[in-house]
Amino acid sequence: MDHDEQDEQPLHGLYNTLRVMAQPAPFVFFGCIELRELLGLRARDERELMEQLERAPLGAVYYHTHSVFLRHYQVTGAYPNDFANWVASQVRDQVLGERLAVVDPFAFGSLESLRDELVSIIDHHIATLHPVPRVVFGDPFFFVQSHVIEVPTGLEARTLGEFRQCLAEVDASSIYFHALESKVRRGHPRGDFADWIGQAHGRESLGEEIARINPYLGGLEEIRVRMLRLLDAALGGEARRGGR
Amino acid sequence: MAASTLTIEDYREVAPKGAVDFLLRLAERARGRRFLHVNSTRVGGGVAEILSRLVPIMGDLGIKTAWEVIEGDPEFFAMTKALHNALQGTEQAFTETMLNHYLEVNQANAQRLRPAGDLVLIHDPQPAAMIEARPPEGKWVWRCHIDLSTPQRRAWAFLRRHVLRYNAAVFSLPAFAQQLPLPQFLVYPSIDPLAEKNRRMTKGEIAKILANLQIPDDKPILLQVSRFDRFKDPIGVINAYQMVKRDHDVRLVLAGGGAADDPEGAQVLAEVREAAGRDPDVYVLDLPSNAHLQINALQRSATIVIQKSTREGFGLTVAEAMWKGKPVIGGATGGITVQILYGVTGYTVNSVEGAAYRIAIC
Repeated sequence: MDHDEQDEQPLHGLYNTLRVMAQPAPFVFFGCIELRELLGLRARDERELMEQLERAPLGAVYYHTHSVFLRHYQVTGAYPNDFANWVASQVRDQVLGERLAVVDPFAFGSLESLRDELVSIIDHHIATLHPVPRVVFGDPFFFVQSHVIEVPTGLEARTLGEFRQCLAEVDASSIYFHALESKVRRGHPRGDFADWIGQAHGRESLGEEIARINPYLGGLEEIRVRMLRLLDAALGGEARRGGR
Repeated sequence: MAASTLTIEDYREVAPKGAVDFLLRLAERARGRRFLHVNSTRVGGGVAEILSRLVPIMGDLGIKTAWEVIEGDPEFFAMTKALHNALQGTEQAFTETMLNHYLEVNQANAQRLRPAGDLVLIHDPQPAAMIEARPPEGKWVWRCHIDLSTPQRRAWAFLRRHVLRYNAAVFSLPAFAQQLPLPQFLVYPSIDPLAEKNRRMTKGEIAKILANLQIPDDKPILLQVSRFDRFKDPIGVINAYQMVKRDHDVRLVLAGGGAADDPEGAQVLAEVREAAGRDPDVYVLDLPSNAHLQINALQRSATIVIQKSTREGFGLTVAEAMWKGKPVIGGATGGITVQILYGVTGYTVNSVEGAAYRIAIC
């Protein structure tokens, strides 16, 4: 080794270290499964629904509102939460069904505040009704609690191109976990995808567009399709040639 | 494709994007653990069908999975059939002798099988009392596939004291569960898209099987596939067909098989044959329990699939028909209601008249 090489070696090492430090942290894709626990709570009329909703664990509020997307990857046209569906289809109270259906569970900062809103809507609705609408021929409402278990998928991305590739092939539960679950239970109001793209890659506007994708327009697969379109546009068609 | 030749990799062609990789990752958490299934029959009925596919897949995922089947004499299976009916709401009479025999057979099976594992999953009421012989290690979970929503009180009281000794229970629908002081979970059953009963078939294969079964394909076929059981209401299906037949030239096929643990099947089959009479457009097929390809061909050749149950555990024949793109007219009971998207994939009905109306306009 000559003198010049000895001088350059530490500099080269420092350069590499700084280069690695400057790279954004990789995006690690997690999927999830939902363990559904039966709580033994049931309601046969709208007052019971309200009272049971008040005392049910927050995991039940989550199950009947947010994780609907985990059970139905494609929205099939029914109301997007179980409370609205039950009231409309089993109690046959279309008015309350519609009022509960428009509540966007992702617009609330906590499950507690979401619960308060739902209870308030039911309370206000039944205050003027005598008797309180109840199931006559249909099924009672059964409360179920959700336990979401995260599972690493083994996929991770450092660049937007890699991210696009992973997104195209990952299990739909991963889209749920990062786009929806993270907003509700892990305190990331824009979702993991938007945060990583905005913060790690300085693509704030792209992150904002991803955060604004509405899950009600088609469920998890529609989120995937819309994200892929946005990424393809951002990557200038580069990813389209190599991937999906 | 035979079950033994399938691997988890084969499911990539039918599974949603990323699902197989996700399962492989998930299984890493349970790799090397011992999982034991116990039920009452190796052939016939939905549970045996699920296990015949699930057990090899679990093994392929690296979980040490075993499947044991209890043995019993005709008196035992007559008693468990009565227990099954009682738990689903039909009044039955039980003598002390019957109850004691149930316990003795369970005890004998526990001694013979020595069930043990990190997780032991006991399916349905027949082997439920084996819990009394559980070893200290491992978790035991009772998997209830039937509708327990309105059981005969005495039958449930008898079974409940054994269920209480489990670590947890699993039900197919929230409505099927009972108040129990142990964790209860919800797991929907499922079908195997690569099984003989569901795999793709060519038109030639289907035509050949129909010819072997001597069923002409010159008229629309209405089909119900189920074991010959009163809860499946096969007589109601014949009555609905007769109403439809006034205006539509259709053919009805009732295809069923016996299950080893169902001694009532032959009697119901005789009643169905009598109700069908000499109508040349009604075909009552008593198929062996391994007639999966025949069932597949019948479902694929049907115009409408019917599952007019009055009580139903889950009704996997509905999922099978929908997998093949067939509209389904199902009884508004049990798991049928959560499978059919009303007006999209079919209709649920509450009467013979309702079934006839929906068949006619479908």
